[in-house]
Amino acid sequence: MRNPKTTQKIAFFFLFLSAMLVFLPVIFIIFVIIQKGIGAINLNFLLDVPRNGMKAGGIFPAIVGTIYLVFGAIIFALPVGVLAAIYLSEYSKNNYLNRIIRLAIINLAGVPSVVYGLFGLALFVNFLKFGVCILSGSLTLGIMILPVIITATREALENVPKIFREVSLSLGATKWQTIRYVVLPNALSGILTGVILGISRAAGETAPILFTVAAFYLPYLPKSIFEQVMALPYHLYVISTQVPNISEKIKYGTALVLLLLVLFMNLIAIILRHKFRKKKSW
Amino acid sequence: MKKIKEFLIEKIIFLCGIASIIFVLLIFFFLLKEGLSLFKTTPIFKFLFGKNWYPISEPPEFGILPLLCGSFLVTIGAGILSVPVGIGCAIYIAYIAPKKIKELLKNTIELLAAIPSVVLGFIGISILSPFIKNIFNLPTGLTALTGSILLALMAMPTIVSIAEDAFYSIPKSYIEAATSLGATRWQVIWRVCIPSAGSGLLAAIMLGIGRVIGETMAVMMVTGNAAIIPKSIFQPTRTLTATIAAEMGEVVVGSEHYFALFAIGIVLFIISFVINVSADILLHKNK
Repeated sequence: MRNPKTTQKIAFFFLFLSAMLVFLPVIFIIFVIIQKGIGAINLNFLLDVPRNGMKAGGIFPAIVGTIYLVFGAIIFALPVGVLAAIYLSEYSKNNYLNRIIRLAIINLAGVPSVVYGLFGLALFVNFLKFGVCILSGSLTLGIMILPVIITATREALENVPKIFREVSLSLGATKWQTIRYVVLPNALSGILTGVILGISRAAGETAPILFTVAAFYLPYLPKSIFEQVMALPYHLYVISTQVPNISEKIKYGTALVLLLLVLFMNLIAIILRHKFRKKKSW
Repeated sequence: MKKIKEFLIEKIIFLCGIASIIFVLLIFFFLLKEGLSLFKTTPIFKFLFGKNWYPISEPPEFGILPLLCGSFLVTIGAGILSVPVGIGCAIYIAYIAPKKIKELLKNTIELLAAIPSVVLGFIGISILSPFIKNIFNLPTGLTALTGSILLALMAMPTIVSIAEDAFYSIPKSYIEAATSLGATRWQVIWRVCIPSAGSGLLAAIMLGIGRVIGETMAVMMVTGNAAIIPKSIFQPTRTLTATIAAEMGEVVVGSEHYFALFAIGIVLFIISFVINVSADILLHKNK
């Protein structure tokens, strides 16, 4: 039998090693993308359309397209998600239906992203005849981020102390007035966290927009929600696998813009959450 | 008037409350609606166990066995790599790391979860795949192994965070009791914490694997996309998800090929449904 202290040292070393095996690749990936992509980024790259078969020029239409899509997804998912969370935290009793809703949310969060793409294609593009367009893509992304928004909002609502509601109700406010004027304002930063995480998720996904909206190459901006757009993640996919001889600089530059967009959103969410947790001592 | 308004609002809230159920049912319904038409021409047995995926030859064949094998192989590889490392990392975070390092690790993992899969796929194509090609001296770096490594990384946030939660939900008294009996910290972790967190850890592994099976873009970019039954992890392969993503853009709506891709969607939906529901049951049992 070995000395327990020695065993512990060996075991702890391996645990440290596994933590590093997760930590180092992430740092490496982010470092490489910044290092190789930063040189590509200038105003021209951000504000010009792709030129010369995407071998030159910028990524402006893809940035705008992603903003449109994310905006559309939030317009749909925010009200539905927040109201769903209100139902779960304020109205529903702890019963069978509640459990099924919870399971549905878990499944919605677990459905592979490409299956969302299929669903969007079948329902929005073909069945409702919206066609391949911003509306179809936004709705598909909106349904996909619903679980993120519901979960964050629900947590925020449940953190509002019961006594706030009781005071409001005892003053003669109706249940909806209580929710609207007492509970929601106090849960705002939590809801915002959910929204931002939803935005970040929607901005980065490729598979759901593949067949519902994304355009391979479209060097002008869309005029209505029934048109196609380019999108950053799909554009990165296209230039790194579908079109040969694209310079490394453009590829890494595109990856960096997408990464920064998503990480920036997450940073805001993290800051908000910290503030929110600190404030919790009402 | 106020009563009517309140009534209407409550109805709308209820409708949104059950929206998740409606959407899950809608997804399943539309997959079935489009996918089941395939089985009029291709029997379900031939679909699931057919060895040939030749969607555009004449006559076409829609056997998804090579794709199932591809998904299976890549997933097993990712599982072997990610489960020990992920759970090790969770133990390190939960029990060993000093507070500052713990925060740093947790933030890094959150960062990893936020990186879009297409960005990881891009790194896979431009850095990992040439590396694999050189190190194993292969004709191509786009192999099942490349996919497994990348997916192992992508499964980490899921595995680590759920495993970590499982460790935190162990009653403190277990740990205190073992420590007071003179056990070292490692003995406590190995003999008390890991067994007590059992079902939570299992759920972490299952959800991690669910993430891997459903991942699309990264895996499509790095596995080489050859729809053949792979003989080793050093060969190109193709997964269920990648097949849908790669081929749906080129099919005619309403063609057999279109139906077949939706039928693959049904398979994926069922796999993820089973994984998510059983993981949820495991997590509930834990509480």
